[in-house]
Amino acid sequence: MPHDHHDHLSPSGHPYRQDNDAPLTYFQRMEIAVRELLIEKGHLTQAEIATQIDRMDARSPANGAAVVARAWTDPDFKARLMENAGDATRDMGFDIGPLHLVAVENTADTHNMIVCTLCSCYPRNLLGLPPDWYKTRAYRSRAVREPRAVLREFGLDLPETTRIRVHDSTADMRYIVLPARPVDTDGMDEAALAKLVTRDSMIGTGLPLAPENT
Amino acid sequence: MTDTPEHRWHDMGGQSAGPIPMEGHDFALWEKRVDALMVLCGAKGLFTVDGLRRALEDMGEDAFEKYSYYDRWIAATNQNLIEAGVYSLEELGQRMEDIAKRGATYGEAQA
Amino acid sequence: MTPSGTKVRVKAMTPPGHIRAPFYLRGKTGEIERVLGPFRNPEQLAYGLPASQKILYRVRFTMAELWGDAAENPADTLDAEIYDHWLEEA
Repeated sequence: MPHDHHDHLSPSGHPYRQDNDAPLTYFQRMEIAVRELLIEKGHLTQAEIATQIDRMDARSPANGAAVVARAWTDPDFKARLMENAGDATRDMGFDIGPLHLVAVENTADTHNMIVCTLCSCYPRNLLGLPPDWYKTRAYRSRAVREPRAVLREFGLDLPETTRIRVHDSTADMRYIVLPARPVDTDGMDEAALAKLVTRDSMIGTGLPLAPENT
Repeated sequence: MTDTPEHRWHDMGGQSAGPIPMEGHDFALWEKRVDALMVLCGAKGLFTVDGLRRALEDMGEDAFEKYSYYDRWIAATNQNLIEAGVYSLEELGQRMEDIAKRGATYGEAQA
Repeated sequence: MTPSGTKVRVKAMTPPGHIRAPFYLRGKTGEIERVLGPFRNPEQLAYGLPASQKILYRVRFTMAELWGDAAENPADTLDAEIYDHWLEEA
């Protein structure tokens, strides 16, 4: 095979999955056929598909991190975010389409985490596509019944005095956790703060990085 | 695991399950295309996301365990497009046969 | 429309089909956390039917209510979005 990626890691640290060079599968044939028929019948164009892929590739946890850092540094923005996170995020300039977004705030005694038990709803128009674990049977099943055990698997052991609030995205809303601002970050500007905000801290399965770890 | 008439398989909240598998993968081009087709067809009103979910649920638990996420999403997209009359099963079947003859890999099978 | 703070129970019915009220919440009592407003009914959208508007609520349940003695911490909570036609007065 000319391009055998299988033993290599991508820049994001994930292994490449079989792609263009692996044997053609039934569902890949279906994708090609569906795409060609949609184009031939005038429903879509090649350009629209390419643009949509670019649009999705441009969405990443960095967008959410910028929103969180703004909320940490601008009390008026934070108030708007808590009131209507979709509008606050659109006002910041992010292309999130018609997303109905709700922000839930972590405090000294409250920790929020997000799941979708019925499928795998995720604020993809802000954060990009969800991590694979978010879509697994294990996460979808257990997050609502034993969130503390699940969080321990992510390395987060919260005291019994912390109130855990789990949010099941069952319908039209999507959720983002506004993590608590880490201590010892008083002198940091918005851009530096955004670097502390991890994807998992916005799903609630992690915390922001401490400043010395960046 | 559960799959009874009263409690369908996809409704997983509260079931017992093993450790969370933490490994991830980067999305392949064909997966990104499935994602784009699904979003664009929804935006053009050819189906709704609820129609996609209904098709995914109706595929059953076996499909969830056996096929990848985007395998199932292209199948659900196709199911909804067939139901909407966008193309016929005959057209789809013939095109999939033609594609198989183009080459042995996804890259070679493009028109 | 039912105001925030009202105690409600998720109906315990089990019709077949595409439903967004999770099984583990059916028959359970919670409190309306906020009113989200009208949204098109997914139970009609899923079948390509013209869809009516249903009021969507965010309902908060305690883990004690959901899991009884098996709850990790009875005072932890679970919020979910439930449409009006799946809720009854508690």
